[in-house]
Amino acid sequence: MPQEPYSWRHKDLLDVDQLSREDVFHLLNTAASFHEINLRPVKKAPVLKGKSIILFFAEDSTRTKTSFDIAGKRLSADTFGLSKSGSSMQKGESLKDTSLTLEAMHPDIIVIRHNCSGAAKFLADRLNCSIVNAGDGWHAHPTQALLDCFTLYRHWGDAFAGKTVLIVGDCAHSRVFRSNVQLLSSLGVNVRVCAPRTLLPAGLSQWPIEVFHNLDDALPGVDIVMCLRLQLERMAAGLLPDMREYSARYCLNPRHLELANPGVKVMHPGPIMRGTDVSAQIADSPESLILTQVESGVAVRMAVLFLLATRTENGGRA
Amino acid sequence: MSRFAVINARYLGSSVDVLVEDGRVAAMTPHGGTFPADTKLLDAGGQILFPSFIDAHTHLREPGFEWKEDIASGLSAAVHGGFGAVMCMANTSPVNDEAGITRLILERGRAAFPHGPRVYPIGAATVGLKGTTLAPLAELADCGCVAFSNDGVPIESTEMLRRVMEYAADLDRIVIDHCEDPWLAKGSCMNEGRISGRLGLRGQPDVAETIQAMRDMALAEYLDVPVHIAHVSCARTADAIRAAKKRGVRVTAETCPHYLFLDESVLDGYNMFAKINPPLRTPADREALREAVQDGTLDILVTDHSPHARHEKEVPVAEAPNGFTGMDLALALTYGLVRDGTLKEEDLIRLWCIRPSEIFKLPVNRFVPGDPADFFLFNPSLTWEVTKENLYSKSWNTPWLGQTLSGRVTAHWLGGHQIF
Repeated sequence: MPQEPYSWRHKDLLDVDQLSREDVFHLLNTAASFHEINLRPVKKAPVLKGKSIILFFAEDSTRTKTSFDIAGKRLSADTFGLSKSGSSMQKGESLKDTSLTLEAMHPDIIVIRHNCSGAAKFLADRLNCSIVNAGDGWHAHPTQALLDCFTLYRHWGDAFAGKTVLIVGDCAHSRVFRSNVQLLSSLGVNVRVCAPRTLLPAGLSQWPIEVFHNLDDALPGVDIVMCLRLQLERMAAGLLPDMREYSARYCLNPRHLELANPGVKVMHPGPIMRGTDVSAQIADSPESLILTQVESGVAVRMAVLFLLATRTENGGRA
Repeated sequence: MSRFAVINARYLGSSVDVLVEDGRVAAMTPHGGTFPADTKLLDAGGQILFPSFIDAHTHLREPGFEWKEDIASGLSAAVHGGFGAVMCMANTSPVNDEAGITRLILERGRAAFPHGPRVYPIGAATVGLKGTTLAPLAELADCGCVAFSNDGVPIESTEMLRRVMEYAADLDRIVIDHCEDPWLAKGSCMNEGRISGRLGLRGQPDVAETIQAMRDMALAEYLDVPVHIAHVSCARTADAIRAAKKRGVRVTAETCPHYLFLDESVLDGYNMFAKINPPLRTPADREALREAVQDGTLDILVTDHSPHARHEKEVPVAEAPNGFTGMDLALALTYGLVRDGTLKEEDLIRLWCIRPSEIFKLPVNRFVPGDPADFFLFNPSLTWEVTKENLYSKSWNTPWLGQTLSGRVTAHWLGGHQIF
């Protein structure tokens, strides 16, 4: 029996756990072709002409919002930014009413960033347009995980299986952590985390990861170190003594890299805090993939917007 | 003399007739006896007879939050759910920390349902529920408060709680404590564990409840005064209560139907309608609580009826208020425990009726001549869908919304008056 041809079936992108392996590689390959456009002198493709994309950022963000904005515009879509300050959310409008109001303007896609876990699903459950989760609370940040994956895809090809990625830092409050663990482990990557216990989520023993509390123990055998940003409010919450002690224990420096596998690379979702989560020498070294990640971000978001906007109701492509 | 008899009802497995004279039970006899000629006979058609239940933990929201519930709608939900008496918590606006509010609650209750269900206010333990100054407990008791509690805003200071317990004991009133370590529980949306970790929601460890309950029981033991632990949600707390009771500590405790039926997995998919405090715990906790209800470690069942408007609940989980409505559903749900063999009908009467009346010193019907004629008929095979329209509460924030339940109250008498 002939197999049905592959088609992208998702109305929304809420987290990476909804994606099959086939979806992931289709998305990465789509991103690869858009990446070429980004390197051209004329960086524009007419594929989403006439589509409207609302960038609904209820939580502060510069890089993610800019990245989505550029991605949409490079595909010739019209993008409209909305932030919490200056919107009626500050006047007490509920998320439900704000989102119904936005949908009444007939966007094709709403990209949402919100400080509450589950906010993107909240919209997806109530609206007919496509929803892209650009980060919801501590829960998920699927385009970050996909752009990290695309960065690795450019570096490794599709040879993910058996590689080891170490994630260092505040995992408890990190949506980047949650989405990356799911996506990387689904591709056969061994995931390790290294953090003080106060920065690990509950129930971690049931996750497909190895847990370390000391960088020197965690690094041998590692191919990629992914540093996470430490937010200052974690000290105020009593989860850590102070910045000095944290950086002494967890700030990645060149000595650490000597413990890892040859050719080890360093990633960080940004914004980076030099001297706190990654040393300045590493940030500026050839081992750093941090700016490659930013570059990948535009291509991956182009792919996400393209796949969502051009899918048809029955799952086939228009 | 007004006289009627409800005949052909099933009470604890036997077919009985109940004769009522002047609002009181005159006799309960095996079905088929004879009555004086002027007795009006009402055939129950073999439906189950229960004495009216007591709900010792509800939020009726009046004064101050009448869009969620008011005393009239709350009592309507109560009587249709099998409750002839409800105790209501003090976290209204203004708080029930003074005689005027207590009187207002009592008057509104009498005005809405002159024959009952009766409302028994619970006074605030501290002024404004702020946990810093004793409320005028004697005045509140004189006006009709049957217990004291800071429910909704647990008392942080152990010293303050000690003084509340001592002062209330002088008045022969019990203190009901919502047990929650305020620091461990701060900002939490659900039980801390595998699911909260995955969803990225701030979790509340079960020990937040246990630690506070153990504090209360240690104080009760030291002071030799009683204390009542509200809505126990986890195995650890039930174990601590069992051990304390064995030592002779004067502790009583309650749990709610939702902790016997649901667990934290209901929150999966960010179901804000399943957000409650204390949170739904694990399947193991649910089983342990069923055992604790069977063996009497947990003395009573309560609903913790907490109405909220739909628009207040329909927000992201972290922003949603806590609580479920419960009085409309409690009997249909807990009768399920009789069906599955966890409890017997007499256990339901013990948990919903006899023990609450003993703990809070409220009138009760044991079908002994002279008891108030407070009872209802229950048809266990009547199935109904939990919809907004089928609930008597103003709010319908229950995780059972949309489900079909079996069993409903078909008639309810209070003081010999048929309320419906």
